[in-house]
This record gives sequence, structure tokens and C-alpha cells, in this order.
Amino acid sequence: MEMPRPDGGLIARRDRIVAALRAVLPADAVIDDPAETRAYECDGLTAYRCAPLAVVLPRSTAEVAAALALCHAEGVPVVPRGTGTSLAGGALPTADSVVLGVGRMTAVLEIDTVDRIVRVETGRTNLAVSAAVEEAGFFYAPDPSSQLACAIAGNIGMNSGGAHCLKYGVTTNNLLGLTMVLMDGTVIELGGAHFDAAGLDLMGVVCGSEGQLGVVTEAVLRILPRPEGARPVLIAFASPEAAGACVADIIRAGVLPVAIEFMDRPCIRACEAHARAGYPDCEALLIVEVEGDEAEIAHQLGLIERIARRHAPVLVRESASAEESARIWLGRKSAFGAMGRIGDYICLDGTIPVSELPRVLAAIAALSARYGHSVANVFHAGDGNMHPLILFDANDPASLAGAEALGAEILRLCVAVGGCLTGEHGVGVEKRDLMAVQFSPDDLEAQMRVKDVFDPRWLLNPAKVFPLAASEGRRAA
Amino acid sequence: MPPDARAPGRFAAGRPASAGPDPGDPGSPAATPPPAAAAEAAGALCPASEVELAELVAAAAGPLRVIGGGTRGMAPAAGRTLTTAALAGVVLYEPAALTLVVRAGTPVGEVERRLAAEGQRLPFEPMDHRGLLGTRGTPTMGGVAAANVSGPRRILAGAARDAMLGVRFVDGNGRVIANGGRVMKNVTGYDLVRLVAGSRGGLGILTEIAFKVLPAPETQAVLRLAGLDDTRAVAAMAAALASPWEVSGAAHLPAGRDGGAVTLLRLEGFAGAVAGRAGRLAAALAGFGRAEVESDPARVAATWAAVRDVAAFHGREGDVWRLSVRPSAAAALVARAEAAGTLYDWGGGLVWLLMPEGTDLRARLGPVPGHATLVRAAAATRARLATLHPEPPAVAALAAGLRARFDPRAILGGGGS
Ligand SMILES: Cc1cc2nc3c(=O)[nH]c(=O)nc-3n(C[C@H](O)[C@H](O)[C@H](O)COP(=O)(O)OP(=O)(O)OC[C@H]3O[C@@H](n4cnc5c(N)ncnc54)[C@H](O)[C@@H]3O)c2cc1C
Repeated sequence: MEMPRPDGGLIARRDRIVAALRAVLPADAVIDDPAETRAYECDGLTAYRCAPLAVVLPRSTAEVAAALALCHAEGVPVVPRGTGTSLAGGALPTADSVVLGVGRMTAVLEIDTVDRIVRVETGRTNLAVSAAVEEAGFFYAPDPSSQLACAIAGNIGMNSGGAHCLKYGVTTNNLLGLTMVLMDGTVIELGGAHFDAAGLDLMGVVCGSEGQLGVVTEAVLRILPRPEGARPVLIAFASPEAAGACVADIIRAGVLPVAIEFMDRPCIRACEAHARAGYPDCEALLIVEVEGDEAEIAHQLGLIERIARRHAPVLVRESASAEESARIWLGRKSAFGAMGRIGDYICLDGTIPVSELPRVLAAIAALSARYGHSVANVFHAGDGNMHPLILFDANDPASLAGAEALGAEILRLCVAVGGCLTGEHGVGVEKRDLMAVQFSPDDLEAQMRVKDVFDPRWLLNPAKVFPLAASEGRRAA
Repeated sequence: MPPDARAPGRFAAGRPASAGPDPGDPGSPAATPPPAAAAEAAGALCPASEVELAELVAAAAGPLRVIGGGTRGMAPAAGRTLTTAALAGVVLYEPAALTLVVRAGTPVGEVERRLAAEGQRLPFEPMDHRGLLGTRGTPTMGGVAAANVSGPRRILAGAARDAMLGVRFVDGNGRVIANGGRVMKNVTGYDLVRLVAGSRGGLGILTEIAFKVLPAPETQAVLRLAGLDDTRAVAAMAAALASPWEVSGAAHLPAGRDGGAVTLLRLEGFAGAVAGRAGRLAAALAGFGRAEVESDPARVAATWAAVRDVAAFHGREGDVWRLSVRPSAAAALVARAEAAGTLYDWGGGLVWLLMPEGTDLRARLGPVPGHATLVRAAAATRARLATLHPEPPAVAALAAGLRARFDPRAILGGGGS
């Protein structure tokens, strides 16, 4: 992975830039001590690191606007940051950039249960948004596994998803309005507590634009009443094909579970060793969860179990208690941690049409053997979002390179069968150079035109999303 | 393969043989839809492939008046008519993946029939504008997408924009652009799908759209509350929507069929669940009066089709306005509007108003926490009042910048604003 060469002129002017930032922001909002800026040198994609020129941590939209206007005037690139859990390097700085973190902006500004919205500052974490409306009987639906740590800012930046999006959608489907600061310091509001845009749906394109169009400081989020209850069933199979066919039949039968999670044998074994969730030792396992009151849950699980039995399951275990439900989910939720105990891994994030599941799993197994890297699969099967985990040895650069090459091949496969390079983690720097696999030059040009309008000088998070060669002329301008 | 063979991996790749009739198959009814022939006879440009459309746009010397079926009254008044009617057909339908890919000119009715045969449906319940606008023609899926047309179920299942997974379109330069795809989760690059949804053709001409579809429910029921004033009705709808029973429609007619106010709440799902939920919801709303439960399928369907299509205004004179607002503000806005007719949908989030001809509703309402769209009016009124709610200057400048880049020659009519 390459990053553009930092602008030596900016680095030489570092002290002046920092002094100018201090002049418009409170003293404690600007960090330039290298010992402290190092904390911002990477995000969740820890393989790549680079400390920025400086870090600013504003406390209000007005302070964000002041910081951006100044960076705009000085021609300094800005990297917006929530809490830095991106797995794609979306918040990775360059040496000539200022990181602008919204982590200090965490207030709940409004809760309205008639309009069913919550308005928050975007530094608030995902889970803390749900917590704020819990007492009123509501929740915020998108639930990335990182929800304890990640901020709404990054959720909007990446259009993040979660385990329950088969039923509730992803961030863009639950975002009603936002306040955003453009690179030149202009503050705009898009959407609000109402549905749909009057004219062009600019908010729609801002969501998922990876910090390249503006810095989002406030968000109006849709909240939903909490379901009466939820319960999972665990179904084990002797082959991934049988599990895949079962998923298709469940959806085909008109049942819409809130979640269908899939794990393969390597992943099941790791989870079992780590979390002791009581999973059977089998080739493939599904966790299917439904919602409703007791009678509705029983009815839906009955249907699902009848369908599962047509696929010769090794085991069908319906949860009979809250403790059992928690245990069934425990294994799945600790999957990434469990794999981490076995070794270092790269977590992929492609999406495929659900119908291609068996074929893709077989192809991944073949690629894994060819490259000599173990791959474990754990993913949201209902929506086809796969997370193959590729094991490698972090102390061996050749091993990382091999794992990355295998990863790229798997993502190409996802695109070839009609899917995409990233289902929820974003492009960042990680998949930037694969974009041409999925998009034609005209497709990419159309996307870059949008950035031309919002950020004509390409100062916001410029070296991300688009292949460097494709964006070069614009970044240099 | 159809004539506009795509690059591998772009959009509908991986198409299984079982995906339904081949759109290129001349035996398929979709290959020669009658509306296209009629349009061509009437002198409209009627490209039969994406490639042909792109060439026509690239070569266009002046403004185009792009229509699907021309039923929604949103096409620019001037320009050479170009219809997508011949770009029709289901490209891919995988019920087990809840995925449907259609060409833009595919009739909505055809899609609805095809889905119903598999026990599925479009989640967002698109309205039919013909009764309200007095238009004729065949509504198309491209029109639904370009206008982001959603009905009562929008409150539970999202808008057309939310169900759209991917698009292919021809921009004002005549370039074919693909964005999104056919899978449920996709954050690869910028989301132009949302941007073109509801853009009213101002950024490009849609040729192909992928939708997420959903299972149709086993049963539906509607609860009716009678005699509530607007404020109490919005409160009742809010209470229903804050319940865990997944209310999929919440509408209020201040003057219902027999003149009295009626508030309607819809429940959908498995038979047992709907019956149980109806009872619990009625009990929870006891403070708003006794709820009557209707579960006759034909009558439930007719009730919601009437809400969806604003049947209460059909054949009545006056301008039609559509407010998208925060529900808690709706009743006060309606009081200020002094309308000749009112219909609340989306729990109060959507308000249809029938106004005396030529009324400047925006001036009368003052600041609106949302926006007001002029849906039906005489040409003289349209010349005076913008169709779409004016945006703050900084937002308008961004929108104008996007239009200028996607349609530099301004031949697509700027999205009907
Ligand atoms: C263990 C683990 C599990 C995860 N599970 C999931 C999962 O289930 N689903 C999922 O979708 N993701 C998941 N992620 C990825 C990550 O948590 C999400 O992408 C998350 O939304 C990032 O939020 P953040 O606040 O940390 O953003 P950051 O990492 O700080 O930034 C992410 C992107 O958003 C931009 N950005 C940040 N703030 C702003 C702002 N104010 N305005 C505009 N742009 C901004 C950044 O520039 C960057 O491009 C996981 C990550 C980890 C480490």
C-alpha cells in the first residue's frame, strides 16, 4: 500500500500552522506533541501507521468550522476521525495532515418519542445512542460489533452495518438528518426530523463518503421501539452447502429473521476453545434469531426448524432461556477475539449474492490451500456480507504480503459473482487500489465529481477511496 | 446476452440460468412492450438499449423531456420527448435472495404481479399518481426510482431509496454509469444510488435498477379510531408507532367517507401474530376510543390503496401540495394552511393538502420543519411557484454544482424544480 509523498512545504510550516490553529481554538483543543499525536497514527487497520502534523479536538460545530476554515486557507489536508476503529484505514493520517477528531462532542441534543428521533453530536458512541433512548423504550438499530467503541461519526463516514441489518437496514436507512461543516468552514444542514429530501438527497451521498465530503458534527437518527422479545436457534450442518441452502429456504418461505449468522469449522473450533459456547464440532453452523412476543417467536422458530430439518442438520437447538440465548450469541460475538488467539489475521468484508454462498465457500477453500494461509469464515449470511479471516504471521513480512494477495483474490471473486469489495467496512486505503475491479473509469469519474463539488481542492481525506492514479490530477490541483 | 452487454462484474453478473425469462429473448413479453410502440408512433425517442440511449443523449442538440410512463407529472415541460418504455424487462429475480433487477421502463404492475406470484412484494408500496393527476400511461420502475415514490409502508419498511441496491444510468454527457450493485450490503465507493433516487432525472436517465424485495405478509388488518381531532390523531398514531407491534401504516382523514374523522392503523404478518397484535394495540389505545378491527383482505387492501393514492382528492378541484414534516408539527401546520382537503399519512410525517388554486402555501405556512412540494397545479401557478421547496443557499449551491457536473449541457431539465 502506497501513500502519496507528504508535502514538504507543509511539514516545514508545521509550527506556524499549529500556532494559527491555537489562535482560533481553545488551547487544549490542539495537540502537537509527538508523544501525543502518536495515539492518532493509525485506526483499526494497524498494519499502517503515520503520525499527523497535529491533532485538533473541537468541542462544537463552530470550533470545527474554525479549524476547517483555517486548514482550508493554509492548504492543509484534514483527516476526520471518530474513534478510530475503521478496519479500512479510513482514519489513517498522512504526515502533512491535521487529524480532526470529534471525540469530545458526545452530547445528546434532543430525544423525541413522537417523532421517534434522537439528535446527537457525532462523537457519541453507537451504543451510547441506544443507551440514551433505552428508558423511553427505544433503540438505535444499526449495531456494528464495534458498537461499544465506534462513534456515530464513523458510522456515517462508513455507512456501517450490523448483525441486525437484514431487518433494520444499515446506517443510511436510519439517518434522517445531519449538520456538516464543509472544508471551507461553511456549516450546512441536510435532512432533519422528517423523511426524504426536498431536492437532491445530498445526505444520501454524504453517508458512506469516508470523511471526504465534510465533517459531520450532529446527526438526527431514527429510533425504533424495542421488540417484545427475541430468541435464537442454533442449527449445525455437515456441510456449508447444506447451511447455504437452508438460508435460502428460510428467506424463500417468507420468514424474515433479524439475523442469520454463519460460521465454518475453523471458526467454530476457535470460538469453542475460547468462549466455550457449547457449539457442536461440525462443518457449518447457523444462528438464526427472530423477534416478537412468545407466541410469534415460537411460530417463526417452528417454521425455521421445519425448514432446517429438510437439510439433514446435525443439531437443532432452540434457546429455552435468556442464559441459553446469551451463550449461543457469546460464541459468535467472540469470534474475532477467538481467532486473534490463534494468530494474526486480516478480516475481509466482501458481499456476495446469497445464492452464491456454496460456490464461493468452495472457491475460498481452494484459494486458501493454494496460498497456504488458513481462512476461517464468519458472516452475516442473510445479506451475503462475508468476513473471511485470513491467518498470517505478523513477524514475517512475506506472510503479510501473502495474506493480502489472498485477500485481494477473494474480493475479486466476490465481485466476479455479482457482489462487491466491501459490505460495511469501507474502502479507505485498504481497498482503494482494487476499486477498478468493480468500477469502470466512468463510474469512478462520476464519484470523484461529487467530491469536486463538496471539496474542490481535495483537502479532505484525499488519499482514500479512489486509486491514487485516478485521483492524482485532482489531488495535485 | 442483451445488446448492451456489460463489463463482467458490473451489477448483474452471476446471473443464474433460472433467473426468469431472458430479457433478450424475443418470446418474452417484456421484449416488445406495447407502450414503447405507441410512444414511437407518437414521435418520441424510444431507445431499445442502453447503448442506443447513451448515443442519443451524447448526440442530443437540445433539451430532452425524459419520461417513463409519464404518469407522475414530473418531466420538464419542454424538450424532445424520450421514453424509457422500450428499456423494459426483468433482468434478474432471485426470490431466495430477495433481489430484483429490472430495466427502467418495466411497468410497475408487471413487477408487482411477478413478485406476488412468488409471495413477495416491493417493500415501499409505491403510489399510483394517475388518479390524482389525471394522467394516463403505464407507471414504470424507473419513474418510481427517479421520483423516490413511496407509500404508507415507508414508516416501517423505508422509502424507494432505501430498497434500491444499485443503478445504471446515462448521465447528461451520454456516459453510462453504474453504482451500487445487486447485494444487500455495499459500501464500495460513494453512494450514488441514494443521490439519483428522487433526483427526478436531473442527474441522468436510469436504465437499470436493483431492488431489495420482501416477503408479502400472510395477513393484514386495520384498526379504525373514529372522531379524533388532528392533534389527538397524531398522538394516537405516535403511540401506535412507538409500540412493538410493527404498525405498517398510520393515516388520518379529518373528513372520512361519511364526513367524520377516521384514523387508520395497519398491522401485517403471520395470521396468529396479527390477531394478537390487533387486540393488544386496541387495548393500548383505549384512551383514544374504541378501535374497530377490519380484517377482510379486500377491504383492507382497498383502504390502504385509497390512502396511498390520495383517493380523497381525486376529481376535486384545487392545487395539491405534499408536506414532509416532523409529525409533531403536522397538526399546527394544517391549522395554518386552511386547506379544502387534508390527508395525513406516515403517522403525520406526510400531509397531503388540497388548496384553492394559486395559493402560495409556503408563504402561508412560514418556516416548515421539513418541506412542501407542489404536486398538482395549473401552468400559471407553476410558473410562479417552485415545485420543490427552496433550499438554503449553501445547499442549493452544492445541488447546482452536482447538476452542472452530471449534466453540463443542461439537457435533462434540472430535475423538474
Ligand atoms: C472489532 C471490530 C468490529 C467491527 N465490526 C463492525 C461491524 O460489525 N460493522 C461495521 O460496519 N463495521 C465494523 N467495524 C468497523 C468500524 O468499527 C466502523 O467502520 C465504524 O463505523 C468506525 O467508526 P469510528 O468512529 O471508529 O470511525 P473512524 O475509524 O474514526 O473513521 C471512519 C471513517 O469515517 C470518517 N469520519 C470519522 N468521523 C467523521 C466525521 N465527523 N465526519 C465525516 N467523516 C468522518 C473517517 O475519516 C474515516 O474515513 C468493526 C471494527 C472493529 C475494530
